[in-house]
Amino acid sequence: MCLAIPMRVISVDGNLGRVEASGALLTVALDLVEGVQPGDYLLVHAGFAIARMDADEAQENLDIIKRLTESPEP
Amino acid sequence: MILLGHGSGGRLSHQLIKEHFLPHFVNPALALLEDSAVLDDLAFTTDAYVVTPRFFPGGDLGRLAVSGTVNDLAMVGAEPIGLSAAFIIEEGLSFEELDRLVVSMSLTAKEAGVPIVTGDTKVVPKGACDGVFITTAGVGRIDPGFRPSPVKVRTGDVVIISGTVADHGIAVITRREAIRIEGELSSDVAPLVPLVRALRDAGLEVHAMRDPTRGGVAQSLIEIAAASQSRIVLNEKAIPIKSAVRAACELLGLDPLYVANEGKLLLLLPDARAQAALKVLKSHPLGEAARIIGAVETGQPGLELITTLGGTRRLRMHSGELLPRIC
Amino acid sequence: MTSPREQIERYLRRLADWRGDELTFMEVCGTHTVSAARSGLHSLLPRSIRLISGPGCPVCVTPVSYVDHALALSKLPEVTIVTFGDLVRVPGSSANGPEKAPPSLAWAKARGADVKVVYSPLDALELARELKDRQVVFLSVGFETTTPVIAAALQQAIDSGIENFSLLTANKTIIQPLLALGTSSEIKIHGFLCPGHVSVVIGSNAYRSLAEIHGIPCAIAGFEPLEMVRAIVALTEQVSQNHPRVDNCYRAAVRPEGNSKALEVMFKLFEPCDSVWRGIGEISDSGLKLRAEYRKYDAAQRFKVELPPVLEPLGCRCGDVLRGVISPSRCGLFGKSCTPDSPKGACMVSSEGSCAAYYQFRQEDGK
Repeated sequence: MCLAIPMRVISVDGNLGRVEASGALLTVALDLVEGVQPGDYLLVHAGFAIARMDADEAQENLDIIKRLTESPEP
Repeated sequence: MILLGHGSGGRLSHQLIKEHFLPHFVNPALALLEDSAVLDDLAFTTDAYVVTPRFFPGGDLGRLAVSGTVNDLAMVGAEPIGLSAAFIIEEGLSFEELDRLVVSMSLTAKEAGVPIVTGDTKVVPKGACDGVFITTAGVGRIDPGFRPSPVKVRTGDVVIISGTVADHGIAVITRREAIRIEGELSSDVAPLVPLVRALRDAGLEVHAMRDPTRGGVAQSLIEIAAASQSRIVLNEKAIPIKSAVRAACELLGLDPLYVANEGKLLLLLPDARAQAALKVLKSHPLGEAARIIGAVETGQPGLELITTLGGTRRLRMHSGELLPRIC
Repeated sequence: MTSPREQIERYLRRLADWRGDELTFMEVCGTHTVSAARSGLHSLLPRSIRLISGPGCPVCVTPVSYVDHALALSKLPEVTIVTFGDLVRVPGSSANGPEKAPPSLAWAKARGADVKVVYSPLDALELARELKDRQVVFLSVGFETTTPVIAAALQQAIDSGIENFSLLTANKTIIQPLLALGTSSEIKIHGFLCPGHVSVVIGSNAYRSLAEIHGIPCAIAGFEPLEMVRAIVALTEQVSQNHPRVDNCYRAAVRPEGNSKALEVMFKLFEPCDSVWRGIGEISDSGLKLRAEYRKYDAAQRFKVELPPVLEPLGCRCGDVLRGVISPSRCGLFGKSCTPDSPKGACMVSSEGSCAAYYQFRQEDGK
C-alpha cells in the first residue's frame, strides 16, 4: 500500500514545507520529520512528509523514473 | 440507483446508456454511438456541461461548453455551422460571473468560427443546481470526401495524438476541494475545429478521429477498437505528457491514460499517410507536440499497451469515478 | 552508464538463470501489485518465478464490519464522513440482501449521506474547522505509513482544541500477518517483497525476526519496476545461497531503525490491539487503536449506533486470494458476478486490490 513520491524542498515555514517534483508544487506538513532544510528530498504521503531521503539516492531514484518514462522529442 | 460513477464515462456510463437509453431511443443514427449523429449531410450533437470549479487554469465552463460540442462535430469530419446554448442558473449567481462565462463562450465560438444562434435560460431555486449548468448543441455540415468513422480503422493504421495527455483532468482535479497541487497544470480546453479543417484541406485519408475527453485516451481507443474489431497497440514511451502532470498523477494515484483531455485529437490513419498528417498537425499551435503513439495490428481485438519496461498489458474500460487514492 | 532498461534486462537475465524449483514470492504491498500490473512485470518474469499478492492493501483487509460501522455512522444527521478515495466503493454487509445495489459509501452518498473524499487527513481537519456544527468522522485505515499521518493530524486537532473531529479506526500493522503467512502450512512462500513505504516508518530491522528466526527471505523494495526487479533478484540470491536475511533495496528512504519521530507520534496516540483481517481472521497485536486517554476521539465511542449482523459475500474467496492460496481467476465469482463495476469482495474494489489489478491489467491468458 501507500503511494508516496520524492519531492524537493523549496522553502520551510514552521511545520509546513513547500515541495516540488517535476514542476508540481505542494505544501506538506513536516510534523513527522526533523531538521528539514531547503534542497532536501522528502517522501510525501497523504499531505505529510514521512521521511527525509538521502539526497544522492533520491536524485538517482528520480533519474531512473525520468529516464524510464521520458519519451524522445518528436 | 444512479451513482456519480455513472457519469464517469467509463463502464458504468456505458451500462447506463446501453440499458436505460438505447432500448427506448432506437434508430440508425443513434446506433453508431459516434461523437455526433449524422443525418444526411448534417452532423448533430449535444452535451451538458457541469464542472467544479467553474474557472480553472487554462479555461472555464464557458470555453468548455463551446469546445466540447464543436469538437464532437469536428470528430465526424463536419464543419460546425451553428450552436445553441441553454443555461440552468441557480438563483444567487452573480451577473459578473455569468458575464465572464458568456464572454468566454463568445470568444471560443469565434476561435472555432461558429455562431451561437439560439438559446434558453432557466433559473432554479438555490440548491436545485450548482451555480450554473450549460447545455450546448451543435449542427455541422459533412464533407462527403472527409468522413472519419471508427468502423474504417484497419490493420496497418497508426495512432497519432495531437499533444500531451491528461492536462484538463489534472488541472481541474487539483483545483477541486482540498487537493491543492500547483505548478504548470493548465487545462488544454480548446476548439479543435481549425486543426481538423487543416487535415481536411490537406486531403488526407483519415480513418477515425476522437477527442479523448472523459475516460481519457484509453477509453476512446477501447471504443474504437471495439467498433472496428481491431487490436490497437500503444507504446507507453511515446505518449507525450507534461512532467508536472505526470507528478500530479503519481501523487493522486491516477493513471494519465484515463484522465480527461479537452483539446486533443486522436487520429487513426494508414501508415503511409502518417508523416503527412504529422506535418499538418505540427504546423498548427494545437498540434505542435503531435506524435505517433501506436498502431493497429493483427490479433485479438482490444487495446494493449507496451509499457516503458517493455511488458505488455491490456487496457480495459475504467469502472467508475476517478478518485484520488493514497494507497 | 547503463540505462534503466539495460539494468532491468540484466536483472531479468539473472533471474532466467535460476534452475531450481519454482519460487513463489509475495509482494506485500498493494502499490507493488499495481506497479507490477501497470508495467507488465509479470509478463517479463521467467516462468519459474511467481509473484503473488499479499495482504498489503488496507482496503482489502478491512473487514466488512468496518464498512457497516461507517455506513451506520453516515446515517446520523450530524455526521460528515471523510475518507480517502480508496474506501468509497467498498460494499458493506447487506450486499447480499434484497437491494441490488451494494451499500457502499458511494451508495450512501447518493442517498443523501454527507460523505467527502480527501487526499490528506489534514483536509478532514480543515473541514472540521469550517463545519463547526457538524461532527467530522475520519475513516482511519492504513498501515504504518498512513497511521502516523493520521496521528499527527489528530494531534493537531487536540492542540488547536477542535472537538468535532473523531476517528473510526481500523489501522493495521504489517509484521504479524507476514509471520502468520510465512509460517503457514497452507502455502509455501519463498520470500517477501517488503513494502517500501511501510518500511520507511518501521525500519528494515523490523523484518529481522522473520528472516533470522523463521528463515524467510525478505527484500525491501521501492515502487519503480526496476527497484522491484532488483529486490526479486535479491530474494532469489538468498534462496540460492540458503541464507535468509533482510536486504534493503530501498536505501534512499529506508533506514534500519525507521523514522523514529513518526513512530513516536504514532505510539503516543495509538497502541497495539488484536485486529480482524478479512480472509485471515483475527491476528493478535496486528492492529492499532487509540490509547485510553484519547478514546474521546474514537468515533466508535462517541456515537453509539446499531450494527447489522455481518454478512460476508457468498462464494467470495478474497481471503484465499489475500493469503496467496489462489489466484483471483480461480474464485468462482471473479469476472462473473464480481467485477470492478459491481464488486462483491474488497479485493475487487480497491484499484490496488489483487482482483481488481488482475482484472484491469492482466492479459486474459495471464500467467
